[in-house]
Amino acid sequence: MQANASSILSLSIWVPILAGLLVFATGNDSNARLARVLALIGALAAFAVTLPLLTGFDNANAGFQFVEKSVWIERFNIHYHLGVDGISMVCVPLTAFITVLVVLAGWEVIEKRVAQYMGAFLILSGLMIGVFCALDGALFYVFFEATLIPMYVIIGVWGGPNRVYAAFKFFLYTLAGSLLMLVAIIYLYLKSGGSFDITTWHALSMPLPVQKMIFFAFLLAFAAKVPMWPVHTWLPDAHVEAPTGGSVVLAAIMLKLGAYGFVRFSLPIAPDASRDLSFMMITLSLIAVVYIGLVALVQTDMKKLVAYSSIAHMGFVTLGFFMFVGGTIMPLAVEGAIVQMVSHGFISGAMFLCIGVLYDRMHSRNIADYGGVVNTMPKFAAFAVFFAMANSGLPATSGFVGEFMVILAAVKFNFWVAFLASTTLIFGAAYSLWMVKRVIFGAIGNDHVKALTDIGAREFSILALLAASVLYMGVYPKPFTDVMHASVNALAKHVAKSKM
Amino acid sequence: MATQMANEMIINVPVMVPVQAGVQAAQSMIPAYPEFILGISIAIIMMVDLFLPKERKVVLVWLALIALALTGIMSCALLASGARAYAFTNMFVADPMANLLKIGSCIAVGATFIYSRRYLLERELLTGEFVILSLFALLGIMVMISSNHFVLLYLGLELLSLSLYAMVALNRDSAVSTEAAIKYFVLGALASGLLLYGLSMVYGGTGDLDISVVAKSIASGQAKKQMVLFGLVFIVAGLAFKLGVVPFHMWIPDVYHGAPTAMTLMIAAAPKLAGFAIAIRLLVNGLIGVAADWQSMLMIMAVLSMGLGNLAAIAQTNLKRMLAYSTISHMGFLLLGLLSGVVDGNRLNAVDAYSSALFYAIVYVLTTLASFGMILLMARKGFEAENLDDFRGLNTRNPWFAWMMLIVMFSLAGIPPTAGFYAKFAVLQAAVGANLVWLAVVAVLFSLVGAFYYLRMIKVMFMEEPADTAPIASDRAAHALLSVNGLALLFLGLAPGALMTLCLNAMKASI
Repeated sequence: MQANASSILSLSIWVPILAGLLVFATGNDSNARLARVLALIGALAAFAVTLPLLTGFDNANAGFQFVEKSVWIERFNIHYHLGVDGISMVCVPLTAFITVLVVLAGWEVIEKRVAQYMGAFLILSGLMIGVFCALDGALFYVFFEATLIPMYVIIGVWGGPNRVYAAFKFFLYTLAGSLLMLVAIIYLYLKSGGSFDITTWHALSMPLPVQKMIFFAFLLAFAAKVPMWPVHTWLPDAHVEAPTGGSVVLAAIMLKLGAYGFVRFSLPIAPDASRDLSFMMITLSLIAVVYIGLVALVQTDMKKLVAYSSIAHMGFVTLGFFMFVGGTIMPLAVEGAIVQMVSHGFISGAMFLCIGVLYDRMHSRNIADYGGVVNTMPKFAAFAVFFAMANSGLPATSGFVGEFMVILAAVKFNFWVAFLASTTLIFGAAYSLWMVKRVIFGAIGNDHVKALTDIGAREFSILALLAASVLYMGVYPKPFTDVMHASVNALAKHVAKSKM
Repeated sequence: MATQMANEMIINVPVMVPVQAGVQAAQSMIPAYPEFILGISIAIIMMVDLFLPKERKVVLVWLALIALALTGIMSCALLASGARAYAFTNMFVADPMANLLKIGSCIAVGATFIYSRRYLLERELLTGEFVILSLFALLGIMVMISSNHFVLLYLGLELLSLSLYAMVALNRDSAVSTEAAIKYFVLGALASGLLLYGLSMVYGGTGDLDISVVAKSIASGQAKKQMVLFGLVFIVAGLAFKLGVVPFHMWIPDVYHGAPTAMTLMIAAAPKLAGFAIAIRLLVNGLIGVAADWQSMLMIMAVLSMGLGNLAAIAQTNLKRMLAYSTISHMGFLLLGLLSGVVDGNRLNAVDAYSSALFYAIVYVLTTLASFGMILLMARKGFEAENLDDFRGLNTRNPWFAWMMLIVMFSLAGIPPTAGFYAKFAVLQAAVGANLVWLAVVAVLFSLVGAFYYLRMIKVMFMEEPADTAPIASDRAAHALLSVNGLALLFLGLAPGALMTLCLNAMKASI
């Protein structure tokens, strides 16, 4: 039983990767159908193997569970070391779940190089799960950077007209950040006397200037990934050009890799630096929330609008991580931020899927090209309005829970921070609902809209699954917060202790 | 009493010589068997060449491959024995590092033969001279790798260089090739001269040509330091030329570009291993006593190479030139490992750093083989696939090789999970271990610049439509080898541990 339980994470990582390779092997487009079916089976299998995590996870245990450890590269004492705690556990099934939806979303839409498209997403899914599970610094880095390869290809091959520019920008921005993280990781390895074990690094004491250096190196990597203002400019480009599936994965999972990095590396490894620099982090997060929220308001491209809204929402996540009260982070804020992470995964994914649905029919993402879609696509309109509401943080949707928790914590921290943060509820509502008004409601804008057909069973089921998740998490978030409670409290305790 | 002692000394002196000679005579020749096997094979192949009609010269390639296999197996056997052995009155050393590099060189030359066979046949360049010169070049490489003596080292170097000069010019009617050959020859001769001058200075300073004796002489403080340092400057310059690092890199783009691609691969792959080996022999085995001096020289060259190589590569539209500049930057990275061995006179980091550089060199050669192998594969009669545009839409034309080339490019860029990442990782680790964090930061910033042009290559293959729809030449051996080569880069990216440990142990036993 024990041996069985401890290979779940390996399976979660390698089942999608192997399935992806298998899909690759189906070759060219002459048997595209086989590629699609195989990809769906692979994605479902990959999701199925993550489910034992949900049932077998011990909520009371703050440490790492489902741990696997074996020597990988002896020369550098690098281990194949996997494990999840309450913070990362939720992300594993989430990733696998989103991948199933992405495969379904690309079912009929992708017509050229189907096998490569599906294969790339499956491999990407395995790699991202690897990032969440890795407990070895080098292993983490390998997964973290390897995710760039499939995403680069996805944006560059199946993207829009300006895809090459977007793909390069995406790759180079994120690589720039992560290369300095590589130096930091190597530095930590040498500093800790030759260990890549993240938990060893957590216990490593370092003087403040060194901690700050490490903090900044990690900050560059994670801030570019999240993305935080001012290194966010790649995201709108990447989102606009990426195919729908690419946008979904990017918004739902990839951005979380950066946020997760803050919790796993920056805070516990450099707690004193985090405390010292928390003001800066809060400022950057608030700029993302307020300024980027305003930027989203004036977008004329739907995908760009949702992309900016993603940056604003991720600003909430980083805000939640870095509010220090009494020398440590606030568990309420961190839990809120993580809930926000998961919820944003569902909502932004759904928003991009909705835009994808329209784009597949109209080949336009311009808000001005639409109007009155509700008249021809009533089912779709219901979903679109629901997700827009969730995006603006309507109570009883998951979007509300995370934001509410973070704002609640922020009031304790500082009134003005809370005040600025809560403007998101206004801006979020403004840009989401204004877009809905212009796209969905009103009189039918033109003949193209008149000719629209409503969503079919495939699209309906994808959106319905997401809507159910959003509602469930909004109405009854307790299972999610219960899972992370112990780990977050342990983290707060750890951060409270100075490591200088 | 004193007279007696003096007498004894006088008597002892002539007695000592035969004793020493006796010891040396007892030295086994087994360590040099790989060279013997190769030398004898060359003689046989030369003979066979005489009796082969012009259209059947391809037989020579198969014979050469057999010779390479035998040489490689012999080196493997010596590597397995794990010991360091001397031959020829200590002039020749076969330590694990040497045997490992010899195996690598045999593989590199063998792969070059397989990749370039069809290319050369189509251009009527597959002559006996090509095969024999290649094997002579390899013999030179192996002699360099195993030399423990300045003269033997120089001998190997010249054997390699002269063979390569002639090979670059093998396509006599091509003006570009001839120009490249002249450039290579003039600059190469200059570099050899510099190296020789440096060696003679060190000889003057230490009084010996034997590398281990030179090291002892410097360590004991008997050497004339100033003279050694003076010679060191020239030695480093000569080495820098052979490795192709800035500011001694000028020949690389022109020669890589001008030479027929098969010859380019011959120059780009195995000789880099020899360059690495003589750097270890001269700088580490011989002159480690003045490490602080050569390390600072290498540091400047490393930064310049990574900078210039990566920046200049961006501007290239010719793939061979782009890879030439990429080579320059990679050699800069290799130097990171070489210059991190001695920290404040302390050699604790030495094995770590030099084995990282060794790993880097081997991975670099593997990657280079695949990248030029791809160019050779794409070429066909009357058409050189050497421009970036010739790879347009490769994913449509042949997805398998497009993905292989993608692995190669990401390996060159050092993105996991490919072998190139661990090579970069290892040398960066060495640099940080030597308290050179700033240098590691500079290196990663330049590798970011480098990522751009490797990504552009992938863009050309994957994100553009093909301009040229001719099918890729069918050459089963080359196809299979290229697949193995590409997958090896991926495999080493997933499980680099074994090769890393091999490099570490080889270096431990060799310095």
